[in-house]
Amino acid sequence: MINPTRHTLAVLVDNESGVLSRVARLFSGKGYNIESLAVGTTDDPAISRITIEVLAGDQQLDLLCNQLRKLICVHSVKSLKPEHAIRRELMLIKVLSGDSVQRNEIIQIANIFRASIIDVSKASITLAVIGDERKTEAIQNLLTEFGILELVRTGMVALERGQYTIDEQTKEKGEFDYGKNILRDVEHL
Amino acid sequence: MQLTGARILVECLREQGVDTIFGYPGGTILNVYDELYQAGDIRHILTSHEQGACHAADGYARVTGKVGVCFATSGPGATNLVTGIATAYLDSSPIVCITCNVSTGLIGKDSFQEVDITGVTMPITKCNYLIRDVRNLADTIREAFAIARSGRPGPILVDIAKDVTAATTDYEVLDRHEHAASGRLRSLLKRYDFKPPEPDMDDIKRLADMLHASKRPMVICGGGVVRSRAHEIFRAFIHKLDAPVALTVMGAGAIPGRDPLVTGMIGMHGSQASNIAVDQCDLLLAVGCRFSDRVALKPDTFARNAQIVQIDIDRAEINKNVQTDHHIIGDARRVLTLVYDMLEQMDHSEWKEEVFSHPRETIYDDHPGTLTPGEVLATIARLAPMDTVVSTDVGQHQMWAIQHFHFDYPGQLLTSGGFGTMGFGLGAAIGAKAAYPERIVVHITGDGSFRMNCNELATEQYYGLPVITVLFNNGTLGMVRQWQSLIYGKRYSQTTLDRAPDFVRLAEAYQLRGFRVSNVQDFEKAFSEAMGLPCGCVIDCQIDMDEMVRPMVGGGSHITDFMIN
Repeated sequence: MINPTRHTLAVLVDNESGVLSRVARLFSGKGYNIESLAVGTTDDPAISRITIEVLAGDQQLDLLCNQLRKLICVHSVKSLKPEHAIRRELMLIKVLSGDSVQRNEIIQIANIFRASIIDVSKASITLAVIGDERKTEAIQNLLTEFGILELVRTGMVALERGQYTIDEQTKEKGEFDYGKNILRDVEHL
Repeated sequence: MQLTGARILVECLREQGVDTIFGYPGGTILNVYDELYQAGDIRHILTSHEQGACHAADGYARVTGKVGVCFATSGPGATNLVTGIATAYLDSSPIVCITCNVSTGLIGKDSFQEVDITGVTMPITKCNYLIRDVRNLADTIREAFAIARSGRPGPILVDIAKDVTAATTDYEVLDRHEHAASGRLRSLLKRYDFKPPEPDMDDIKRLADMLHASKRPMVICGGGVVRSRAHEIFRAFIHKLDAPVALTVMGAGAIPGRDPLVTGMIGMHGSQASNIAVDQCDLLLAVGCRFSDRVALKPDTFARNAQIVQIDIDRAEINKNVQTDHHIIGDARRVLTLVYDMLEQMDHSEWKEEVFSHPRETIYDDHPGTLTPGEVLATIARLAPMDTVVSTDVGQHQMWAIQHFHFDYPGQLLTSGGFGTMGFGLGAAIGAKAAYPERIVVHITGDGSFRMNCNELATEQYYGLPVITVLFNNGTLGMVRQWQSLIYGKRYSQTTLDRAPDFVRLAEAYQLRGFRVSNVQDFEKAFSEAMGLPCGCVIDCQIDMDEMVRPMVGGGSHITDFMIN
């Protein structure tokens, strides 16, 4: 494979059971590992938005998008260019805080990163931090020396900057719609 | 009116005009079979094995252009369909497979004969469904048929929980032409505005300009031309363009094989004319062809001197295997009609002369005293009427059949081109015979392939669907042996089939006729007799095990690097 890079895909799908596995199996079926995955409903409860990050060459990415668009349950697919997109993930991180000195240091780090402290006990602090991978990795590195008890990430979500949306009409989208659109043409069958 | 799920399913099949179902009953699908028992107007053909049913539905679909239907029960019944579904998927054949699963309360509990068949078939169906609520049943069946036949056709699987077939709900008959305006299909179509499915006229213009500018144009005809039944406009188009046409395996029948512009098959076993022309052309137009690895053996040097243009209904095929310079998305028939109107009558005599200076057919030597595949196939071509349907299995006999027969119309050849399913042919032949009982159906097979699904002889016997099985018996897995001869130093590992059964006696055991022939005179006698028989037959043709398919280009090699000529 030609130097794979990390790509962010936004996919609008029917909010139905089985849809996530249909989408995910396409990646495994074509030999790609999903680096990050986040799913949730949109403003329309019938539609979910999946954000997928995957390592692939540009050409392979096109082929993957093409295959995704063929699925009946998929409404639209867009590859979000890093320079035109905002990408964020939420990380929860539970850190050991042995004594008050350590606790204060952790709180200071949290403040610098604008992380929220969402739980405190005698022996631990849990922080929530929102950002892209550079930010979450940086705070994770700083907190390692205190002892990380547990860590969880939501997976990256992303939106395009400006007024652009995933629903824009491109010629390529029209070409994909063709195959599904022909459904109405029952006369010649 | 309130009807049970099983009854609704049967009513939905009537809405679609389904007249024949191939299938096999079992515990979970009993309610549906009980409805069929009472229905009477839909013919059900009970096969020996679910795989045969699936291939038969596929053959029925290929030969008629309609959607083929097959039924199977849960668990092993459903998994036995899998090879058949994959075969249909790779060759874009529209079939709808209905399976019944265990009742909703038992799903997920490893119940008797339970399998997650929608999970299993996800990668080999256009779409599949598990129905847990009878209220969704009619809508889903309508959507399944619409999706199976629309766009690039393909197989759909609908899995219905057993209790759904017994539950009742309100059902009203809906004419097929109103399906798109109702229920799920309506919401599916709402996504795409009301833009008419028309190819972009600027793209058509650009293609016409490219065709006018080309001095050495070449066309590849793929299965898409067959699927869209675009054969008439395709023939008119290439004669206006005056360009040589190479056929893929799936493209056979899209243009009469004897047309003077046809260069023969292209690819691994392609003719010299086809393979050399594609290497030397300056413009390559591929219609309904996906440049599989058996055609574009080495994608980076494929048509290296040409601009490549692809016409396909499936956007995902563009640039998948070969990088193209231009493409048009659309139904082959529609696109070709538009291009045809813009095209001027061209003349490429010089280029054609160059292309056709290379042989477009392989000349196989006759060995006096022995029977050769070429003699057998030439005899069939001479004796069989024009409307004969030919099905094949997979291997040497398949390539020989495609090289020797000149198929004249779409649906005349039924073969597993993409998936290469040994054992496809007999089921497909039965499906074709069920669709067109008045036509002669010839099933060309080898001893390896035939052994896989010869149990379907019982089906052709019972239903009076006589198929003439011409069996090339060389006592080996011929195509694999050919590779072993050429690439593996003649180490014939596990390919020699010096074993039972006696195929003549096997045919007789199924109450069919059996012939064994070892010279062409006997074959001609047997085949002539076979065409007049009221029952099917097997003609066991004794051929030499070292007969090869020629020419051959190795996988991954440049298309003109012939390993053997």
